[in-house]
Amino acid sequence: MSTVKLTVNGKAVAVDVEDRTLLVQLLRDHLNLTGTHVGCDTSQCGACVVHMDGRAVKSCTMLAGQADGASITTIEGIAKGDELHPMQAAFRDNHGLQCGFCTPGMIMSAIDIVHRHGGQLDEATVRHELEGNICRCTGYHNIVKAVLDAAGRMKVAQAAE
Amino acid sequence: MGVEGIGARVVRKEDKRFITGKGRYVDDIKLMGMTHAYFIRSPHAHAKVKGIDSSAALKMPGVVAVLTGKQLVDDKVGNLICGWAITSKDGSPMKMGAWPAMAPETVRFVGQAVAVVIAESKNLARDAAEAVVVDYEELPAVADMHAAIKAGAPQLHPEAPGNQVYDWVIGDESATDAAFAKAANVVKLDVTNNRLAPNAMEPRAAIADYDAAEEHFTLYTTSQNPHVARLVLSAFYNIAPEHKLRVIAPDVGGGFGSKIFIYPEEMVALWASKKVERPVKWTGDRTEAFLTDAHGRDHITHAEMAFDTNNKIIGLKVKTYANFGAYMSLFSSSVPTYLYATLLSGQYNIPAIHAEVIGVYTNTTPVDAYRGAGRPEASYLIERLMETAARQLNVDPAELRRTNFITQFPHQTPVIMAYDTGDFNASLDAAMKAIDYAGFAARKAQAKSQGKLRGIGVSCYIEACGIAPSKAVGSLGAGVGLWESAEVRVNPVGTIEILTGSHSHGQGHETTFCQLVADRLGIPISQVSIVHGDTDKVQFGMGTYGSRSAAVGLTAILKAMEKMESKAKKIAAHALEASEADIVIENGEFKVTGTDKAIALPMVALAAYTAHNLPDGMEPGLKESAFYDPTNFTFPAGAYICELEVDPGTGKTSFINFVAADDFGRLINPMIVEGQVHGGLVQGIGQALLEHAIYDANGQPVTASFMDYAMPRADDVPSFNLSHTTTLCPGNPLGIKGCGEAGAIGASAAVINAITDAIGKNNLEMPATPDRVWRTIHAA
Repeated sequence: MSTVKLTVNGKAVAVDVEDRTLLVQLLRDHLNLTGTHVGCDTSQCGACVVHMDGRAVKSCTMLAGQADGASITTIEGIAKGDELHPMQAAFRDNHGLQCGFCTPGMIMSAIDIVHRHGGQLDEATVRHELEGNICRCTGYHNIVKAVLDAAGRMKVAQAAE
Repeated sequence: MGVEGIGARVVRKEDKRFITGKGRYVDDIKLMGMTHAYFIRSPHAHAKVKGIDSSAALKMPGVVAVLTGKQLVDDKVGNLICGWAITSKDGSPMKMGAWPAMAPETVRFVGQAVAVVIAESKNLARDAAEAVVVDYEELPAVADMHAAIKAGAPQLHPEAPGNQVYDWVIGDESATDAAFAKAANVVKLDVTNNRLAPNAMEPRAAIADYDAAEEHFTLYTTSQNPHVARLVLSAFYNIAPEHKLRVIAPDVGGGFGSKIFIYPEEMVALWASKKVERPVKWTGDRTEAFLTDAHGRDHITHAEMAFDTNNKIIGLKVKTYANFGAYMSLFSSSVPTYLYATLLSGQYNIPAIHAEVIGVYTNTTPVDAYRGAGRPEASYLIERLMETAARQLNVDPAELRRTNFITQFPHQTPVIMAYDTGDFNASLDAAMKAIDYAGFAARKAQAKSQGKLRGIGVSCYIEACGIAPSKAVGSLGAGVGLWESAEVRVNPVGTIEILTGSHSHGQGHETTFCQLVADRLGIPISQVSIVHGDTDKVQFGMGTYGSRSAAVGLTAILKAMEKMESKAKKIAAHALEASEADIVIENGEFKVTGTDKAIALPMVALAAYTAHNLPDGMEPGLKESAFYDPTNFTFPAGAYICELEVDPGTGKTSFINFVAADDFGRLINPMIVEGQVHGGLVQGIGQALLEHAIYDANGQPVTASFMDYAMPRADDVPSFNLSHTTTLCPGNPLGIKGCGEAGAIGASAAVINAITDAIGKNNLEMPATPDRVWRTIHAA
């Protein structure tokens, strides 16, 4: 057993876990943050994507101990109170989700994509960048639309700040 | 159409919880004292279970129990059932091999459970499973269908000699033979419809909770049809009578058919929960999904189509081998028979059809309904045949289709179905216009100058949805009726709850079903809630599959609404001292037509519940229910055209354009309908280009993770160009046909027709991987 100390969605937490505990297990089983999902166990589907120190990571493929000292943001931590993150709003407005299971990972990956590419996103880039997130419902059409829409909204939001 | 009524692109009500991480899936639920199950599964495709030694495991930390198939049999837990009886052409019933939830004696596919460890955590259960020693005696296995039916092949079930489930026929053989005897041309085609793994993104899961004092079970499960699950668990598996079993299907992360069926894991969880007297949770991982979720498709077919001198089809002969895997899953028997062969007329006038379907056992994962279920196999076959015929007869593929389109409705096909309405020329016109079919030759020439092979492929599909009239399916062997139920509860303050037997696992019912209410009453959808997925709340329902929730489920809601409105009008008329016939409902008010007299819905509701001033003899309350049984299947149809390029140097396919023109009848929410089409199209494209669940000759699965099974990813597929043509379905009052499966039914043939057009060779199996396309291009 080890104590892992980390910041999750802005709150400092210390959790005693078995050394083999995965980050996603810490989030789901110990902190009850069940928005982060496990879809494949092999780092392929991206349902488990969270942000660690601002970068997208697959939380099913890293040990909780590797996140010691890090700042983790999950799907539960991106809205400001009732105000949705622009990526969340864009997924809803563009019907970028159906069953919702891949959605948290999609949104967390997509935010990271927009951050890394700034305003330079086009459809081909979004499709290429989403290669690590699998959706079985939407056929990706509306997810791609949502990410491009959100990229614009995030630029506007950034300019306003 | 109001802003939130029928036909409006209303943003989904359910989205907020999903985009904020507040969805509640089965694995998100924790119960007090909950234990965790981990199944011990056979590594062999066929073996005798000689013994199971769990003594070491039982001494490990946190282990609560190790339970085996033998104990399951000792406790008289029933075998899994197949709910649709099919009769072979010789009059014999289908041959059912016994399928216990955990194998006490013989395992017949890799992944079949033999025992389960119950422990304090999933990790501890998994650790202990490593210490359980199962003594297997390997038996010869067979995974290939043709090998399985050969003399001397390993036999799976003593009940099924020759590994044959059934040999079933449909249509008029002599009329078909007569048509072929006078044919001017005969087109022949062999096709394989590749086996697919459904892969809903949420793995299956179950939590069983036994209350010993009440002798009552609660099951949380990833189900598309929780009431059917309860019925089957109660009636056939001896788990508990229905009033002692509550089944809850909360948020479910996709189904595509794979979550219709009752699987061993939820049965074992229920049984184990009573044995260990604690809640038991099982959550599958992705490899377990590949090993145990019912697969889809897996047909090998030879077909011949006869034409007269005017290129009119005069006959069709089909012989299909359908792989059922090792056991008959819940609705498997109906898929390659009544859901497949009844659609072999496609969109065409075909006066004589004869089809024979031979069901085969193999040492592979059971096969059952997967999005489209039989209809993609039929549509793929017919549309590959039409394309092949056009090439052989040297006519334009679109023209050959037009020559043979059914244009008069209703149309009785020779294979049971009576198409009620449609306009196949309209959808083909729309698709051809959208893709600029006329300009294709120039684009092909342009591509050729750049070293690329460009092709175009048409697919005109039809499907039978909205299953289905109970009497009709009953006469064909179904073990259940396929109606739907609904209840409308108007609360005393005028808000409304709609209880439905349909189940939403991505389809957006919480929005679309509210749109009907908004449309009829003129109230905002925020005033309406949809209640589903809990057998304690909704009395009964048949669930969601076969594109039936709008055509059947929503119609049931409409029927209940009509009853509720009728009573509410009586109350309003009484309060307003007007005639009931003069009351109209607008903007949430009951108005006396032609006057300014009105009473708002909340006041009518309150009057119903205070009951201070109701018409004489009227019962208090405002709640009505309805059971709706459709009069016919519905027949969505459309035309898909795919334009793509093949790189002859690599065999890689790149999409140029993909257009879809669908006729779904009336659309409740076009945004949601388009989403359904997008998703279906990508499943069809996935089958055509990427996906294949493969077994080696010994029955070992080769594709049991996302690293080996090629799921379509965002950069594998294009964006789509969708349009709709409309003929209203006459079979239900809303005119709805259903849209959930069309994309998966129509897309594969369009893609393969386009690739074979591009490369100039007709024989190409799915999935058309770059390797396979390259080999086909360069084959002698």
